[in-house]
Amino acid sequence: MRALMFGWEFPPHILGGLGTASYGLTRGMAMQADMDVVFVIPKPHGDEDQSFLKIVGACNTPVVWRDVSWEHLESRFGSYMNPQDYYNMRGHIYADFRYLYTNDLGCIEFSGRYPENLMEEINNYSICAGVIARTEHFDIIHSHDWLTYSAGIHAKNVSGKPLVIHVHATDFDRSRGNVNPQVYGIEKNGMDHADHIICVSNLTRETVINKYHQDPRKVSTVHNAVEPISKQIEEIKPERNTNQKIVTFLGRITMQKGPEYFVEAASRVLEKTSNVRFVMAGSGDMMEAMIRLVAKRGIADKFHFPGFLKGSQVYRMLKSSDVYIMPSVSEPFGISPLEAMQVGVPSIISKQSGCAEILNYAIKTDYWDIDAMADAIYSIISYPAMYEFLKIQGKKEVDEIKWEYAGHKVRAIYDRLLGIK
Amino acid sequence: MKTICFYFQIHQPFRLKRYRFFDIGADHYYYDDFTNEQILQRIAANSFLPANQVIYDLIQASKGKFRVAFSISGVALDQLEQYAPEVIESFRKLAKTGAVEFLSETYAHSLSSLIDEKEFKNQVLQHRRRIEVLFGQKPKTFRNTELIYSDDLGELIYSMGYKTIIAEGAKTILGWKSPNFVYHSALNPNLKLLLKNNKLSDDITFRFSNYNWSEYPLVADKFIDWIYKTPNNEQVINLFMNYETFGNLQSKQSGIFEFLKALPKFAFEKGIGFLTPSEVSGLVNATGPISVPNPISWADEERDLSAWLGNDLQQEAFKKLYSIAERVRMSKDRRLHLDWNYLQTSDHFYYMSTKNFSEGGLYRYFSPYETPFEAFINYMNVLSDFMERVESQFPSSVENEELNSLLTTIQNQELKIVSLEKELKKKCKKGKPSKTPGRTVKKENPADSRKSTVKKGKSS
Repeated sequence: MRALMFGWEFPPHILGGLGTASYGLTRGMAMQADMDVVFVIPKPHGDEDQSFLKIVGACNTPVVWRDVSWEHLESRFGSYMNPQDYYNMRGHIYADFRYLYTNDLGCIEFSGRYPENLMEEINNYSICAGVIARTEHFDIIHSHDWLTYSAGIHAKNVSGKPLVIHVHATDFDRSRGNVNPQVYGIEKNGMDHADHIICVSNLTRETVINKYHQDPRKVSTVHNAVEPISKQIEEIKPERNTNQKIVTFLGRITMQKGPEYFVEAASRVLEKTSNVRFVMAGSGDMMEAMIRLVAKRGIADKFHFPGFLKGSQVYRMLKSSDVYIMPSVSEPFGISPLEAMQVGVPSIISKQSGCAEILNYAIKTDYWDIDAMADAIYSIISYPAMYEFLKIQGKKEVDEIKWEYAGHKVRAIYDRLLGIK
Repeated sequence: MKTICFYFQIHQPFRLKRYRFFDIGADHYYYDDFTNEQILQRIAANSFLPANQVIYDLIQASKGKFRVAFSISGVALDQLEQYAPEVIESFRKLAKTGAVEFLSETYAHSLSSLIDEKEFKNQVLQHRRRIEVLFGQKPKTFRNTELIYSDDLGELIYSMGYKTIIAEGAKTILGWKSPNFVYHSALNPNLKLLLKNNKLSDDITFRFSNYNWSEYPLVADKFIDWIYKTPNNEQVINLFMNYETFGNLQSKQSGIFEFLKALPKFAFEKGIGFLTPSEVSGLVNATGPISVPNPISWADEERDLSAWLGNDLQQEAFKKLYSIAERVRMSKDRRLHLDWNYLQTSDHFYYMSTKNFSEGGLYRYFSPYETPFEAFINYMNVLSDFMERVESQFPSSVENEELNSLLTTIQNQELKIVSLEKELKKKCKKGKPSKTPGRTVKKENPADSRKSTVKKGKSS
């Protein structure tokens, strides 16, 4: 079976959880012997791991016929793409796109990020998808998140193959209810056209059913999983310059992640004990407000903002933490507590996070329940049994949450759609 | 003649209120009065009172041939006294019929038997006194918390003067043997064991109203027929269950009370009688020894201690609690002793069990907490406050032994003062006889001495 997947990010160049989840899922599905995946992203950087799937860049897909030599193509993207693929696609240009701005290869340029002209980029992406869908052979289409829904619909119309869309988040999560009508429109359109909708948690599934008015029968949940940690990361030694306890928040400092509840809980804990420090790593539009709040509560000497952490810095931070906390107001899944638990850090998560549905050995509180959160932090840093228990059992638990199993569930959905038993 | 031996367990813990860590040191009241009162009154109205009435009527109608036993934990008695004293009244009424036996157990429904012998003995004595005062009988049969029993425990309990113990008829100890005989401890032939008949007891407690059960509906004549058809030499059918089975676990609408009402009639028809545990133990000889090297209980499929002490959280809380046992016993603060009892109740540890992740059902049903972690956090916060209170009475910098000798010295001085005072008064009387007769002096003395010890104890 061959699946054509549309995504927006792919490691190592990722901006959020979407890239990690796409990677994990395709990786897990590739473990099935008869499963091939073609993964389309706006702009490959050339250092993506293509050992288990084929990556096609929308920025390398011609939409205007140009006469280019093999050598020229070789020099442009030879390291990660076969020039023959270019010629194959060039043969499937389906309309006159000369009115668009294209480069010397007849391709549209993509930023591959979330730029100002995001809507235009989404549209261009879907134009390229038309060419790719005419060129590639596949049995099923799988679109990751709303940015790629229109591409998926286009591919479905061209090929007549069933469309599965994968909801990693909805605009209701990002905006605490104040949805952007344009985004909502794209999301709803994608869901309406989909033959099946996969959600990353039951929480998201409820949103899809109730807010996007989808038939519950075509909406299923496949929880995310987590990649086993690599040797490199395992070898990182935790740095401990102080014997004070460290409580860490890691993520975008935005309304969705509930950073203000963390600050309030921290000030509660500090009323009672001083042997603890709080860290809020990440950046975002609420960062300044948080720094002001910390100052107002008078806990600035115990509360730190190291900024945005990348790559191994994340794990260095996690490994030197005693508690990981994710007080998200609305989190479709939330992979980061799983990563924390992998390196043996006890986690506190909000009940409003999707991952709370599959984690038993993490403490769950309501995001607004500052007292409960403070109490949970206090218990982990003051009762050694609690710390040890969550550390050991938590690690055991996440080690069993594998992408391979998620891959099987997705495969079962494919089979059902294609009538294979 | 075959005999049915009924024993009903009554226990309710003092559930803790939501106690945050910032309450430590500020708030010394730990209990969720509202929930405790509500639950107890509901159970009393649905279960205890109607069931007591049924049993009372059955005893009257059979002229005392219908006999049962109760084991009521001390904490349950405290709660009943507080929230539903009419239940105690109705038990006293039952006690007066002479057909009801009250068993002995630990006052706090605690797990002290597993860790602290001294505490265990204290609690058993405390409970025994309470039963004597309330119901006017000396308990002769022992029932440990959650039917926890092992050979060593048996020895300890025997040394306290009990010749009969109630235990679980666990497959691990019985093997192919039937629970319908009287056994004796492998270490002590004089210590008789009554083992619970699991199948028949659970048929009533858990399966009575289960539509999916192949034997549904369970009716009295069928049930008695099962007992009647057991092999001839099997003499005693031990039906041990939670008293809440009647009216709470099995609702009134399920017909459980009618079932209970009909049981004796059909039993007498088939020539089956009823006896209380100590009567069984007195009448029936033990058939053989039963060896229990590791403690067993009546919980879960495993019938072991894992429901209370299965994970590290439970172990930690349990050890922390008993680490201050010695200190608490030295104190004379009544409030402290009361909390000490209520904190020992096994239910607190049960709520922390993480076995429910795979099993679900029963744990969640009984626990007031959403997760075992919440249970642990709450309990540890309360315990931290409690330990601080103990600490403030006796700083931990003083060793237990040193403290003990200091306390003994004080105590001895008190006694000496009392005796010297007595002597002095006698001498005075001899010198010039006063109007007050000697008797009153004697009466006053002990009271005086107690007061002053308390004062001294506090100031130290």
